[in-house]
Amino acid sequence: MDWGFILSETVNKFFGFQAAYFAIAAIGLNIHFGYTGLLNFGHAGFMAIGAYGMAISLNEGLPLIAAVPIGLLAATAFALILGVPTLRLRADYLAIVTIAASEIARILFRATEIGPFEARNYTGGSTGINGFSGPFKDLNPFDGPVDLWFVNFSAQDAWIVLVGWTIVLLSVLFVHLAMRSPWGRVLKAVREDEDAARALGKNAYSVKMQSLVLGGLFGALGGMVFVLGQSSVQPTPQDLGAPKTFFIWVAMILGGTGKLWGPVIGSMIFSALLQFTDLTLRGAQEEGWIPEWLMDGVQVGQTRFILLGLGLMLLMAFRPQGIFGDKRELALDVR
Amino acid sequence: MKRTPGIVALLVLLAFSVLGFPAAAGAQEEPGFKGTLTATPEEGDKFPVEGVKITVTSPDGGEVGETTSGADGTWFVPVADAGTYVVTIDTGSFADGIALKNPDQTFRELDLTEGQNRNVLFPLIEGEGAAAPNVKSRLDRVPGLVKDGLIFGLIIAMSSIGLSLIFGTTGLTNFAHGELVTFGAVVALFFNRDVGLHVIPAAILAIALSAGAGGANELGLWRRLRRRGSGLIAMLVISIGLSILARYIYLYLFGGRRETYAQYALQTDGYDLLGFRIVNREIWIIVISLVTLIAVAFAVNRTKTGKAMRAVADNRDLAESSGIDVEKVILTVWITGGALAGLGGVLFGLNQGVAWNMGFELLLLMFAAVTLGGLGTAYGPLFGSVIVGLFINLSTLFVSSEIKNVGALLILGVILLVRPQGLLGRKERIG
Repeated sequence: MDWGFILSETVNKFFGFQAAYFAIAAIGLNIHFGYTGLLNFGHAGFMAIGAYGMAISLNEGLPLIAAVPIGLLAATAFALILGVPTLRLRADYLAIVTIAASEIARILFRATEIGPFEARNYTGGSTGINGFSGPFKDLNPFDGPVDLWFVNFSAQDAWIVLVGWTIVLLSVLFVHLAMRSPWGRVLKAVREDEDAARALGKNAYSVKMQSLVLGGLFGALGGMVFVLGQSSVQPTPQDLGAPKTFFIWVAMILGGTGKLWGPVIGSMIFSALLQFTDLTLRGAQEEGWIPEWLMDGVQVGQTRFILLGLGLMLLMAFRPQGIFGDKRELALDVR
Repeated sequence: MKRTPGIVALLVLLAFSVLGFPAAAGAQEEPGFKGTLTATPEEGDKFPVEGVKITVTSPDGGEVGETTSGADGTWFVPVADAGTYVVTIDTGSFADGIALKNPDQTFRELDLTEGQNRNVLFPLIEGEGAAAPNVKSRLDRVPGLVKDGLIFGLIIAMSSIGLSLIFGTTGLTNFAHGELVTFGAVVALFFNRDVGLHVIPAAILAIALSAGAGGANELGLWRRLRRRGSGLIAMLVISIGLSILARYIYLYLFGGRRETYAQYALQTDGYDLLGFRIVNREIWIIVISLVTLIAVAFAVNRTKTGKAMRAVADNRDLAESSGIDVEKVILTVWITGGALAGLGGVLFGLNQGVAWNMGFELLLLMFAAVTLGGLGTAYGPLFGSVIVGLFINLSTLFVSSEIKNVGALLILGVILLVRPQGLLGRKERIG
């Protein structure tokens, strides 16, 4: 087993575009859950809508500068549709509706036809969309592999990594400023005690709606970085379905819910951790340390989801505040 | 631990379920699955069949690709990576008079080696025995769809009683409830296919184990979390973690295929009623679910335990101070809910086959049904489920069946908008 290879790949994932898109999406989720206490379990829906919005626009020949805002607009509309029926109700209704809505989005993106509408001509049906990322790749300033002393990326990866982390840093700056503003304080007040905030004349419903839209925009951006990074958008559960939502949740909780840098650090650690266990299991299997009847090649890929579920349970039971979080800042009770 | 009996059973299942077909040497072409669809008429020569949809899915349920057979009957789905795949033929896309020679073989689970171009056979026939589903007009399909919807609704209802009662008594929105449904179906499949029991004793064993799994859930996890003072939202997230954990353990042990029970799955004996045919299996599913639902309704309304359940659901503290053993009531709810979910899973599996993610698909419909009927009420789930079941099936009159579940989930949004407490719910629960 080549430990050097495993280690360098793990470090690469720590800084790779996977960690970056996780972080962007987790920053959005942190605005929802960490700062406002909204239970969004359909974050993959926001990612999917942003990703498809952009990819379809690019495919139809629009420039990148138009395609990205279209994806963001679509995500805004999605947030409004989710928010209107649920934000006046108890917190867990939003949970049910978001998880259902993200499934609806995925089913519709996968569908061949929706009634008389031939959706496949735009979404590619179950094969998804490939080869839309040309306009993005054309902007790539790197002409060869980038080799820093601890990480190395191909020219193509280096470009998305650079873009991804730039968005992460700008997002963190934005969240920092937003949460210091009076608006941010109202957000936290709604999380702590919605009735009290309302008694002080704040429009809790409207603030929650703004938070849902804002966080959803980051989710959509994360989805865009994700599909640009892998140059294809697929309507599979692993890519843009419920499991993806919970990957983002674990990344956010791991780093520390409601903390500025929490989602970023959590995403880096979680992305590297997934790569490490994956490669270690594959290596151990090739070495014959794990017998074939216990785990075969397909099952190695499935272990990461088992670990995901276990990780989510253990984190929530024993350390819901994550690594850097503050337990007092968690909105863990239904109000 | 949480699901010890289940894990043990599933581990044994693993030992038995090592399937594998030796890979046939394929021609050196582009890797993937290919085939030529031809139909054999009752008299005369074989002819190619055009326009049939073929789907290839990966073991984890992800769709790899789909295609439609060409004018010469050929089809090809490119698959890049080696591995095990499920190739499914969509019988709904058949033209009039065409049918599968073996109606049960709508899919194949096949291994693909690196770079292999593998041939897959789906023998078709043409003739009287192959009544096509497409010949019927919209109106003619309604009675059959109502029947299917009713059956599906009853299955949803049975599975979701536990979900609703658990929410009522503990306040927990249990996202792992769908996995209890899968548990029942998978355990019954194990006793049926691998141990060799007839499906009826296998189902009874599976229901007993599901009841145990429900109880183990409460004792091993939720009771402890309540004692530790975990908040309801923390528990909700934990139930999601449990759901993913259990679901992917099923996938790990069971694989991504859809399987049927050894008995009744291919049953064709039945009765022709007003424009539709009902087979004996479906009659039994309706009878069993109705009897069970009536029994549960009676138990909740008339027995002492049922009264205690409603008392705890109404006001936990008041119930406790009037001498009700609340923890015992909650345990009873979990055991009952587990058994009902297990039964729901077996009936669901009997009707549509057993798959690792069947419970999760059902869960979202259960949520829609329970919310529609009224979260936390005893009868709400039944009303909501039947409406959801009917709506899903009747919507296929207008949309393709691949998106039929969307309608049910849209109902969820609409009902929250206009009457968030559900049809039978009371207003104070939602605030």
